[in-house]
Parts: sequence; structure tokens; C-alpha cells
Amino acid sequence: MNTNSHLEKVFNSGEFVVSAEIGPPKHASAEGMHHYADVLRDYVDAANITDNQTAVVRISSIAGGVHLNNKNVCPIIQMTCRDRNRIAMQADLLGAYSLGINTILCLSGDHQIFGNHPTSKNVYDIDSMHLIQTVRKMRDEKQFMCGEEIKNQEPRFFVGAVANPFGDPFEFRVDRLEKKVEAGAEFIQTQCIFDMERFERYMEEVCRRGIDERVHIMAGITPLKSWKAARYIGNNVGGMIVPDEIVERLKGAEDQKAEGLNIAVEQINHVKKIKGVHGVHIMAIAWEEKVPEIVERCGLYPRPKFD
Amino acid sequence: MIVAEQKPIKTIADLIEDSNKVLLVGCSACVAVCLAGGEKETEVLASALRIKRKQEGKPLETVTKMVTRQCDPEYIATLDDSVEDVDTIISLGCGVGVQYLAERFYNKWVIPALDTKFAGGSIEHGQWEERCGLCGDCILHRTGGICPIIRCSKSLLNGPCGGSQDGKCEINKDVPCAWHLIYERMKSLGKLDKLLEIQPPKDWSRSRDGGPRKVTREDVFID
Repeated sequence: MNTNSHLEKVFNSGEFVVSAEIGPPKHASAEGMHHYADVLRDYVDAANITDNQTAVVRISSIAGGVHLNNKNVCPIIQMTCRDRNRIAMQADLLGAYSLGINTILCLSGDHQIFGNHPTSKNVYDIDSMHLIQTVRKMRDEKQFMCGEEIKNQEPRFFVGAVANPFGDPFEFRVDRLEKKVEAGAEFIQTQCIFDMERFERYMEEVCRRGIDERVHIMAGITPLKSWKAARYIGNNVGGMIVPDEIVERLKGAEDQKAEGLNIAVEQINHVKKIKGVHGVHIMAIAWEEKVPEIVERCGLYPRPKFD
Repeated sequence: MIVAEQKPIKTIADLIEDSNKVLLVGCSACVAVCLAGGEKETEVLASALRIKRKQEGKPLETVTKMVTRQCDPEYIATLDDSVEDVDTIISLGCGVGVQYLAERFYNKWVIPALDTKFAGGSIEHGQWEERCGLCGDCILHRTGGICPIIRCSKSLLNGPCGGSQDGKCEINKDVPCAWHLIYERMKSLGKLDKLLEIQPPKDWSRSRDGGPRKVTREDVFID
């Protein structure tokens, strides 16, 4: 064990890992986050707290992480490179660890043009690759990015990154994953998987190169509420593919929401069998209440407990 | 070249609302090439402002001058005899030109007629595109001759983000993904292995983040 992260413990135990996601609110009350923590607590090993996702101002991921810790849910704080330079990011890493947070997910971040402040300046002082390296360097070498020694307690984070098997160029996607692992990523959460065939091709290449032995890959699953949502995601979100057969299946269903959950359960049962997949990350956008049902139906309940 | 675009006539007219006589200064360098501040644009802007003011019953007197380059003091000096009786100088140069005029004619009100956009080139007649981020530390030898600093919307150094699809950037389907272009070029050059190396964080102190920059060549000083 390199850290005190509960997520790392579950991976080390060899169990198939389950995480979910909580988007913090656009106001200063943590009530909703407390509620979702109660909903998810017994059904997931950890929950991501997004970092101003889609570039919309919300409660910060670190503050959200503290709220989750207080509710005994292991937070995975997301940190994007969009809003902070290397000084602010390292300061936040120190601060987050001092507040009891020990699991992090490093990302580039959605471009601010999508958010509620499209006239803002983006930072991108460093990219996600450098952020992964920095978190590892602070932990393993007790050094800041600049090489200066951390003289007292170093922040000890279990480090995750993201991968999108559905972005282009497809042939470079495994290369980019390998670079992230080389940079120090210990677990990976993928973009939402709808095109299972493409994900399987991706994982074949991952395993052929032996990357699955160096990192824990969690397959991203999103239950869809309607065929319109499915089509919207496929057509309007960069780097997302939603096959027609999923759209058609939802369209033909009597109860689209129920069918959306059925599809998610089938997808999870499918990815469980794919070599190299060590867990599932359920992104039930504005549908967190359904996570327990999905987890139970996939035979992933109860979750492992450690002393 | 520096690519610029003229501000809307109304915006410029508002900026000279209180002036009765203005000097419009065009520039024969970059902004002439990109059809924003050359001789023709300077004359057209002068007459547009005059017509507008005439319609408003508050006639405007204009004088137009061209200089070879607004970014060289010696050319700015050629205007010394033209500024005396004008209320305002309107520069059709880039941001550099506006400042050189303001420095030379310290007691005159100088306003920009252009928005200076970027360092780029033409892709077809009437269309220009950004190519260089002026970061002060060129890495084009590592990225197949395609600049990720300015052509990637996130200035990523280590490959495309998750938003790249069908060769396009997530911000807009009309924007090519720089990393897709880099990948294709490196592939055609048989150098894909280079993209597996992790590129180190950028030293932004060589860019504007190190403060305003200066280039000195003592060997060409005239003394």
C-alpha cells in the first residue's frame, strides 16, 4: 500500500471495484451532497467529486471531498488543468491531503467555452500528464514539481487518470493511456462506454501491450434515461459514440428509463468479463438514486469492508 | 504576419465622438497584407467616418497618412508634421503601431481602429488562421511542425484530450484537432515513437509569463 486510500485497498484485495460520481451543486449548501453520500455509501467503494464539470462553477471538488469524508464515503477528487496553474494545484494538493483526502483523478478538463463563463481565460500551465507526474513526485520523492524538498508531511495520493477509447485518433488512444501509466497513473476511469465493440478492441490492445498489469482500469458506464439523451450525447459531445442500436432499443421500449437501467446492467455484466477491466465507474448523471439498484442487480453488493 | 481585423465603424465613431479633426494612419506591413489597415482600408474608413458624422450633423475632418511600418520609430517620425492640428490619431496598425504612435505623440489622444488578433497566415484569399503562439520557446521540431501551444484549445503537450473526434476539436466542429494533425503527420513521417515520449512541462517564463520580453542583438548596435 502506497497510501491510505480505501480505493487502493479494494483494488489490492482483488475485488471488482465500484465507483460512482457526484456533481457538486451550483450553490453553497452541502445538503444534496450529504444526501447522495447516504444513498451511495454501502454500494460503492468511492465516489468522484467533479471539478467544475463542463466548466460550470460549483462547490469545489476538494470541499466536496471533505463533505464525503464526513459521511464516510471515500472521495476521489477530480482535478483539472483548466483553472489553476502549477502553484495553485500543488497548494491544493497539500490542502486536500491535510483535510483527509487521499485519492485523486487528474484530467485536462472540459474547455470553458461549454460552461457558464465562456469569456474566462483558461490556464493549462501544465497538462494532465504533468499533473500525474507531479502528484507522484510529491508522494514518492517528497519534492515539489520544481525539485524543492517537502520538508514535513508529503501529500500521499492514490493517483488516477482518465482515458477515452472513443476519442480519435483511435490508434493513439492506447499510446496516450500508456503515457499516463508511464507518468504514474495507478488507476484509470474510462469515458462512458456505449460502443462495446470499440472498447473491446481497445482493451485487447491494452492487454497485448501488458498495460493491464501496470494499472487498474475501470470501465465507465452511464445509464441513459431516454433515446433523445442517447442521441444528444452521440451527436453533441466531443469524443462520445452512441451506436444506433442503443438509440433504437430505447426508442422501442415501453419504459425508456427501465430499459436504460437494463442496458447499463448488461454493460456492466459484460465489462466484468473483459480481461484487464478491474472495476466499473458508474456515471449516473442526475440519476444517482439508481446506483444502488444497478450495483445490486450486477451482483456487486455488498461492497468489501476493511478494518 | 500579425493578423488584425477592423473594429466596427460604430465603435470607432464612438471613440472619436468629441473630435473634429482626426488623423488616420495606415500601415503598409502585416495589416496591409491581411487587408485590415492598408491604404485602401484607411481611405475607406476615413470616408465612412466622414459620411456618418455628416449624417449626424457634426461634420468630421479627416487626414490620412500611410507609413511603411508603424513598429519602427523612424517611420513614425515621418508623421511629425501631420499631427499638430488634429484632435485624435486613429491607428490602423496592430497593437504595436498604436503604442509607437502614442509614445511619439505623447500629448495626442491615440485610438486603435483594429483588433489585433494573432500571428498567422492566409489559408485562402480573405481567410487567415492562427499558427504561432509566440511562446518564446519553439517546440515544433517535436510536434511534426504543428503547434499545439496555440492550435490545441488547451495547449496540451502530450496528445489529444478526450474531446477529439473525427479530427475535430471539442470546442467546434470547424476547428481541426491539432493533435490529430500532429499524429497524422508523425505517422506519415514514420516517427510515431516520438509521440510516446512524455514532453516536459513548458517553461512559461520565456513567454509573457516572464514579464514583457525583449530581444537584444549587441552585434548589430550602431554606435
